[in-house]
Amino acid sequence: MIDNPSPQELVELALSSSTADDCLVILEDRTSANLRWATNTLTTNGVMHGVQVTVISFVRSAGGTATRSASSSATTRAQVEALVAQADAAARASEPAEDAAPLAADEASPDWAEPPVGTDIAVFGSFAPALGEAFLRAGAQQRLLYGFVFHEMTTTYLGSTTGLRLRHVQPTGHYGVTGKTDDLARSAWVGGATRDFAGIDPLALDAELATRLGWAQRRVDLPAGRYDTVLPPTAVADLMIDTYWSAGARVAHDGQSVFSGRAGGTRLGEQMVAPGTTLFSDPAYPGLECTPFVVAGASGNTSSVFDNGLPLGRTAWLDDGRLTALLQTRHSAGLTGQPVTPAIDNLVLEVEGGTRGDSADLVAHVERGLLLTCLWYIREVDPQTLLLTGLTRDGVYLVEGGEITGAVNNFRFNESPLDLLRRVTDAGDTVPAFSREWGEDYFSRTAMPALRIPDFNMSSVSQAL
Amino acid sequence: MDHREVDPSFLSLPLDELARVALERAAERGASHADFRLERNLYQHLAVRDSALQGVSDVADLGFAVRVLHRGAWGFASGVALSAEEVRRVADQALAVAELAASMTTEPVVLAPEPVHADATWVSAYDVNPFAVPTGEKAAMLIDWTARLTRHPVVDHAAASLQQVQENKYYADLAGTRTTQQRIRVQPGFEAMGSDERAGTFDSMASLAPPVGRGWEYVTGTGWDWDAELAEVPDLLAEKLRAPSVQAGTYDLVIDPSNLWLTIHESVGHATELDRALGYEASYAGTSFATYDQLGSLVYGSPAMHVTGDRTVEHGLATTGYDDEGVATQAWDIVRDGILVGYQLDRAMAAARPELNGGRSNGCAYADSPGHVPVQRMANVSLQPAQDGPSTEELISQVERGLYVVGDKSWSIDMQRFNFQFTGQRFFTIENGRLGGQVRDVAYQATTTEFWGSMEAVGGPQTWVLGGAFNCGKAQPGQVAAVSHGCPSALFRDVRILNTDDEAGA
Repeated sequence: MIDNPSPQELVELALSSSTADDCLVILEDRTSANLRWATNTLTTNGVMHGVQVTVISFVRSAGGTATRSASSSATTRAQVEALVAQADAAARASEPAEDAAPLAADEASPDWAEPPVGTDIAVFGSFAPALGEAFLRAGAQQRLLYGFVFHEMTTTYLGSTTGLRLRHVQPTGHYGVTGKTDDLARSAWVGGATRDFAGIDPLALDAELATRLGWAQRRVDLPAGRYDTVLPPTAVADLMIDTYWSAGARVAHDGQSVFSGRAGGTRLGEQMVAPGTTLFSDPAYPGLECTPFVVAGASGNTSSVFDNGLPLGRTAWLDDGRLTALLQTRHSAGLTGQPVTPAIDNLVLEVEGGTRGDSADLVAHVERGLLLTCLWYIREVDPQTLLLTGLTRDGVYLVEGGEITGAVNNFRFNESPLDLLRRVTDAGDTVPAFSREWGEDYFSRTAMPALRIPDFNMSSVSQAL
Repeated sequence: MDHREVDPSFLSLPLDELARVALERAAERGASHADFRLERNLYQHLAVRDSALQGVSDVADLGFAVRVLHRGAWGFASGVALSAEEVRRVADQALAVAELAASMTTEPVVLAPEPVHADATWVSAYDVNPFAVPTGEKAAMLIDWTARLTRHPVVDHAAASLQQVQENKYYADLAGTRTTQQRIRVQPGFEAMGSDERAGTFDSMASLAPPVGRGWEYVTGTGWDWDAELAEVPDLLAEKLRAPSVQAGTYDLVIDPSNLWLTIHESVGHATELDRALGYEASYAGTSFATYDQLGSLVYGSPAMHVTGDRTVEHGLATTGYDDEGVATQAWDIVRDGILVGYQLDRAMAAARPELNGGRSNGCAYADSPGHVPVQRMANVSLQPAQDGPSTEELISQVERGLYVVGDKSWSIDMQRFNFQFTGQRFFTIENGRLGGQVRDVAYQATTTEFWGSMEAVGGPQTWVLGGAFNCGKAQPGQVAAVSHGCPSALFRDVRILNTDDEAGA
């Protein structure tokens, strides 16, 4: 007999074979396809398929509830049964968990019985031949193209002995292309997120790169200093993701983050940034739809396995400039006396007023300043101020009289994103924006406006091209 | 189980049988090269905060990959169901991907030759497999650590964690190489956090212990004195919280190995990966200022600079017997007497520049999971000490006005590896050759060749420590690799120091 059980059968098998007081199973079926290229030729590529099963066992005693999880690639009944035995035994040997709470119960997705949704190399069926054309055109025009496209479908099944039967299908895709002149002296980048690669045209991306490389025909060297700077949405996404990741309630409550109150507790309710600024997450945000319930394979500062299955809705982290929520588990919410606001897998920034429109509209109002393309190698320098450092990359453009007049050397910056949101003098419309730094591997679902910052701190010059 | 044998539960998997299916299929369909990897990677992570176990996660990543070279193009596919039918399907998928890729590949892929290593087995150096230690025992150790830290009045909160990895790989290729390997690595650590109410500041002090290619014995004291460090960290944190803010300017630095390893990683390790130097990472991690045309002439640093690549050093995180292309691993020079003399290579890179390393890869191909394609990854890249060189104290004695930098914290470098900025755990003042107290809010910023050019002296072997990281990122889709970097203490002249409070506009 061929052992080829469905995801639902594996979940039910796990739940029925567990001898713990309660059991919860997360099964993720993930397929992906990618193409990568450099110097106008394909380099690596691939299609991958994986099935990851996480079994979380809960064992109650007089002292509380102990829990442990075990996770593995698993496609057979025997593998899942072994995983259940491992989690059950580990939970029995564990001490009660500090984040224990009642498990969510009796919620079912209407599509629970549906099979996983996959992807394969065919997702690039129209993209790939056009990319080949783009290689030829770029080569003929002394340009080199480097880039990567990726598409993934993840189908998540979450089942529990308390009656959860939740399913979610998550498409994730992104593209990024760097163009260089063949002397490697000029560089430009375009990139974005997509759920299905429909309408992503490599020839159009190459044309945009050609335009940007054209802007760089005039090179201007500028020293370090503070510059009137327009940050495009992609660079704003880079910085807001760092802000979001720093917004754990437990760490703030413990007095160890920029969101900690000086007199103890958190800064919830405090006016943190300019009025009119709203930073929020919403699983139903059009184009950025993401899992509408909690999925947590392990407990930590911002997650709790006991919260699995809790519904997620729109959560404003900053509302009209005030700090209104931090990343809360039920455990941290109890510690801080605040509502339960778990992490959500998308992020949107809206800034009221301003010029509106895109980066070019903001540039039109700049007498002399800079327009960035994207940021890179961003790291936290000081958690107390959320000071970040990083670099500009693939195009810093000089703006004179509201027009782009050339390209400038790259810079290292030192800035706090919260401080930037206090100093914004102009903003554009919120649009889908793909973080160059964090979008590929961690967080692709973001929508941001372009922002104008009058005194962006370019700490030193980078010679990198 | 003998701790130097490959885990029998891995050996019981149908390794040879599935490899045969994959390779026969690839050969039938005309692949010029094909390789098959079957991997099982076990991960366990424990996290403790303030004497409470926050979470334990056990993750196993089991699967296989088929990579083919067909019509001059790569094709790669992976799967998780360990059956002949699935392996055959995945092999067909890899060939189909190669067909698609061939139409867009303008430079055919060529691989450097490598001797056949038939039926080779290699196991890393460790005494006690951490996966054989009861989890409760490990949790109790971490809980004890945080309890000891929080006993000190300055410590408001304490965290501890332990990451453990057992990596099993089976590799087979059409040429006849068969390798079976097992590697163990651990990353224990702790952090103490405190605040100064009067100044309204908070700060933290973390363990300096590097992750290593050792077993549980490392956590219990072989190779690191945990008791001594747990005892000293609260006092160091208390001093740091009271310390004055640094005055920005130019200082001489004596940098401890606990900090310098990371500067080596970023400014030398990544910069001397040949795939980067040739542009294959240009759209993601970036390229390198150390371009190939400068091999043998680029003045990377002062004559005191001797850097090696090494995938054979005992307890190194990138140490292994054979890489993920079946290449026997090696050690070689990268910078000698301050001059760039070598690069890190995989088989495709070695074939692209056959004048390097005798036309042979130096064994730097690695994939972090069965679902990922092998890419050229970093060897253990290390700065060599000066034989009969000075102690750290002797280096400090050569400084009139400077800082002694200990422990890593924040790091960032540009995409050609020129401009970097690093912070640390502790910065002690040096005045007239003597060590003073700590200062706060310090970052050092430099350009790679200027920085290494300013290295006046390196310490002797007695100062050399093998540091490293578990989480070096590279490639698309993103992969992580563990890598070690050894170095002595070293003296640098006239390095730019920033005050991070000033940078934040505070």
